[in-house]
Amino acid sequence: MMQWLQGPDGLTGLGLSILDDDLDRSAFLWGLWTTVWLSLVCIVLSFAIGIAGAWAQGASSRLGRGVVSAYIQVFRNTPPLVQLYFFFFAVGSLLPSVTDSYGQSVPMVTNVGWAVVSFSLYAGAFNIEIFRAGIEAVPSTTVEAAEALGYSRLGTYRHVVFPLALRISLPALGNNLVNLVKTTTLAYAIAVPELLYVSAQIWSEQLNVRTMMNLLLVVYIALVGLLVLGINRWERALRVPGLGR
Amino acid sequence: MSPFLRLALAVVATGAAMPAYAASDGLVAPLVRWAPVILGGFLFNVLVSILAMTLGTVAGAALGLGLISETRAIRVPSRIVTEFFRNAPWLVLLFYCILLIPFEFRVGGTIIPLPGWVKAVIGLALPVMANVAEIVRGAVQSIPGAQWESAESLGFSRFQTLWMIVLPQCLKRMLPPWMNLYAILTMATPLISIVGVEDGMTLTRAAIASEGRTDLLMPMYGFLLALFFFYCYPIARWTVRLERRFALSA
Repeated sequence: MMQWLQGPDGLTGLGLSILDDDLDRSAFLWGLWTTVWLSLVCIVLSFAIGIAGAWAQGASSRLGRGVVSAYIQVFRNTPPLVQLYFFFFAVGSLLPSVTDSYGQSVPMVTNVGWAVVSFSLYAGAFNIEIFRAGIEAVPSTTVEAAEALGYSRLGTYRHVVFPLALRISLPALGNNLVNLVKTTTLAYAIAVPELLYVSAQIWSEQLNVRTMMNLLLVVYIALVGLLVLGINRWERALRVPGLGR
Repeated sequence: MSPFLRLALAVVATGAAMPAYAASDGLVAPLVRWAPVILGGFLFNVLVSILAMTLGTVAGAALGLGLISETRAIRVPSRIVTEFFRNAPWLVLLFYCILLIPFEFRVGGTIIPLPGWVKAVIGLALPVMANVAEIVRGAVQSIPGAQWESAESLGFSRFQTLWMIVLPQCLKRMLPPWMNLYAILTMATPLISIVGVEDGMTLTRAAIASEGRTDLLMPMYGFLLALFFFYCYPIARWTVRLERRFALSA
């Protein structure tokens, strides 16, 4: 199959070493998988932060509300790259190192770990705001009706407010998740072998910068396109007639 | 290195020349010593953000008008360009510009050099352009269609309607999202340090490296974070205020 694709001279003439070269291909696919994995883990974690944070913001405790809004403002108004460096270099240097199975001393949280923590906290700060706006859009009469039926605050949130708020928040949430996928490229800076990092390694070895660059853009746009498609389908599946628009 | 950064470095070179034996002078003294350098670098980030915003806004306004064009041959390509640059990661676009734009242009006999930071400004302006185009399109479409019809019945041409009736009203609506975009752009400027342009991030890391102390990591990065925060937070507050005011009057 590959023989047929390559033709008599191979595709090297096109500079697409990821088709010709087994090593490059497996590196590229591994990078793609790392990007997808990083995106999915961060989406799930940032989602959880969003839900918990939005709930805490509605709590009666002033301290809780203050902490959450301070967190949101700090993470929304500082550069994600500096946040990543802060976590990886500054916070990372404070943590003790542990011994791995080979008897070597390794940092407690790896670069991938810090990328997950940093991006999740960054996207989570936006998700809280998005969910909060969705919660505010839920009619207060609905909440009162739930209270009248004997729901506790957590029960109202879980069974009535959140399911409605989620549907209202989906468009903004989709935007933020697209941004999150784009933000995963920053992990390049701390040598996480994601798509951009492995591509840079390939183009510095094969000197096929232009081809790799174009391929990279196409792959990222395809990834983002898939995510948008997924969110749109989800939005349609969850749609409540007469709500929102 | 840009002349700007060289100046910032020169200003403090005297004060920062003796870090080797000053290893135990607490956390505050090194921070004070390096603050002017980091601040200078940060101001370079601000300069880059202003240049990229200007470039991106001009290009984006044109692209946005392309998005609402009645000619399909203009509208469809504009839509493709907008979607492309909106969905591509900023860092990848930066790499693209840094690596693929030539380092100098030859126009006739004169050579126009393109240093890295100029290419970085172009790389940051591209996603800004696409986002501004969407802001313009959104604002124009938020103006009631009846205004177009009334203008037409009063004998305004399409261009006159756009220029004299629709766009003046749009400016107010475009301001909050435009400011929001500017804050996002400013927070994206440290990315240029990854592609080798010396900015606040580069200088912060250089300062940390020359002090060679791990206990300085937190304060130094914290200082840079604080600089960005105190620049971007007021913009964010102001944006929210404008949004509220315009929402009431609309």
